[in-house]
Amino acid sequence: MIEARSLSKRFHDKKRGDICAVENVSFTCRPGSIYGLLGANGAGKTTTLRMLATILEPSDGTALVFGHDIVEDPEKVRASVGFLSTATALYPRLTAREMVEYFGRLNGLDEATLKKRIDDIFDRLDMNSFRDRRCDKLSTGMKQKTSIARTLVHDPPVMIFDEPTLGLDIMAARTIVAFIRECRQAGKTVILSTHVLSEVEKLCDVIGVIHNGSLLAEGTPTQLREEYQEKDLEEIFVKIVTAHVAPRAGVEVS
Amino acid sequence: MSARNIGIVYRKELLEALRDRRTLISTILVPILLFPLLTVGVGFVIADLIEKADREPARIMILGGTDSPAIVSSLAKSKNLIVVSGPGNYVDLISNKKIRAAVEIPPGLQSGAGTDFAPMKIYMYSGDLKSTTAAKRIEDFFNEYRDNLARDRLTVQKLPASFLKPFVIKQQNVVSAEKVAGETVGGIITYLVIIMCLTGAMYPAMDLTAGEKERATMETILSSPISRTHLVLGKFLLVLTASLVTAALSVTSMGISSWVIQHFQDQSSGSAMHIKIGLGAVLAVFLVALPLAVMFSAALLTIALFAKSYKEAQSYISPLMIVVVVPAIAAMLPGIELTPRLSLVPILNVSLLCKDLIAGNYHWNSIALIFLSTCLYGGAAIFIAIKMFHRESVLFRS
Repeated sequence: MIEARSLSKRFHDKKRGDICAVENVSFTCRPGSIYGLLGANGAGKTTTLRMLATILEPSDGTALVFGHDIVEDPEKVRASVGFLSTATALYPRLTAREMVEYFGRLNGLDEATLKKRIDDIFDRLDMNSFRDRRCDKLSTGMKQKTSIARTLVHDPPVMIFDEPTLGLDIMAARTIVAFIRECRQAGKTVILSTHVLSEVEKLCDVIGVIHNGSLLAEGTPTQLREEYQEKDLEEIFVKIVTAHVAPRAGVEVS
Repeated sequence: MSARNIGIVYRKELLEALRDRRTLISTILVPILLFPLLTVGVGFVIADLIEKADREPARIMILGGTDSPAIVSSLAKSKNLIVVSGPGNYVDLISNKKIRAAVEIPPGLQSGAGTDFAPMKIYMYSGDLKSTTAAKRIEDFFNEYRDNLARDRLTVQKLPASFLKPFVIKQQNVVSAEKVAGETVGGIITYLVIIMCLTGAMYPAMDLTAGEKERATMETILSSPISRTHLVLGKFLLVLTASLVTAALSVTSMGISSWVIQHFQDQSSGSAMHIKIGLGAVLAVFLVALPLAVMFSAALLTIALFAKSYKEAQSYISPLMIVVVVPAIAAMLPGIELTPRLSLVPILNVSLLCKDLIAGNYHWNSIALIFLSTCLYGGAAIFIAIKMFHRESVLFRS
């Protein structure tokens, strides 16, 4: 379970002054379901997920991740989370096995448990053919599998995916999508950020639309379709965002 | 504090460092090869050049000397000198290296019984090896001529040769070989240890901070449960290891190179070794340099962490070299000695102390003061590095 409570994050930029990247965002993600954070580039998705993963500290508000407070107990939060994004690359000079072992050890696994976990994961993800190959020699698909293995090694109850298929080819993206579904089936709490609407339609049980740092709408795909009287998710997204932007800009909405 | 977590990070960083060609070159290969190449290689090249200049006949010009034909003829017959005559100004000829030197023979040198000859001038190209050698040959010729003249005159006066040199002057060293070592090579060894502590830490510090940002692995590690304090300490230990290994290999390599050179010199000249550096002194130098290496490693980590890329980190770190080199060189200057005030100046204090240690002078008050103050600076540098690893504006600078 993830419970975000009035999360806010402000940055200071020398040129632009104080910037509010995330403002008063609250939502709940439940175990066994996928929460999709949908928004354009710069909407605040990555900042929100980085706060949930305790990579960034919130300026205001907090969140409970698997019962641990992200401000009070960040290390326990990270031990409960598997975080995967395009910015979480692999160490090029380690082999796939060493990479996963490293994160297993950092998560406090003993050597016997770690070996068993790695054998299981490598079998499941069909990684044995490249387990001792250095990460800088792996193909994109192999790298994705190694990253998945890295997030799974400590069997976290919460999975956070920040634009996980960004820049991937179709096959590598399919591997990730299949993995996210497996996480839901395994009863994990899953939160996913994306701006790819087809991905949201395929995967998400609940959608939160984020724009300019604020959560503008939330609901299941069915609830959103009913509320905005549109079938197409893209139209729904545009309606939500336009309704928010137009009054701010002083434009009349017809 | 979890030693287990720090150990996990350290072992992983060590494994990666051992697989990185650039780290291996900067930490192991350069210190091993640099000094044999510099001392043996460059030494042999210089020796060869000197030998060549010594063998090669030098073209010289005689100015005046028309009333001293015997001297001119004798000079022309000298070994390795070729007297040339002809048009041209001797200054231009020396400047253009057409001739190597010119000698101006004062009037009446051969016949003169007087003692008020004008000074004999040898014109040469300062700094040019071949010109210096030619000038030396001319000087040797006339020294011998003068000595013979004086001896003949003493014989005429029925005076002994000791009349002109009633006693000889001889310098005699009275201090131990260790003290000689401290004064002669102590400064260089200390400089070497300090500079190598810095250069050895440079590449790993950049690789473990800016390099991580560039390779997008910083966010990966920050998403793991390890605390940032443990993470920075694990990284710091690896940088410190590289720093100390580089310094140790440099000194070992320099020691072996010097021993080889000295061994060959002893065999050829039969002279006894006058310099001695004990293993204890070398270990003491390393012990004193340890907190300095701590300070360098932590400072380099902190500075490199600000950079977004490896290249940017290089531009931040390069000026640091000057900050370290200046006090390290200052300790080698004659006349600068350890005082209570200088004991608190970072880098310079360690340089001066190490020089003393190599000379076998153990002033325990200074040792304690310098060791503790450097530990304090090192501790402060680690503290700042940890603080910087907690700052989002530094870690996620865009």
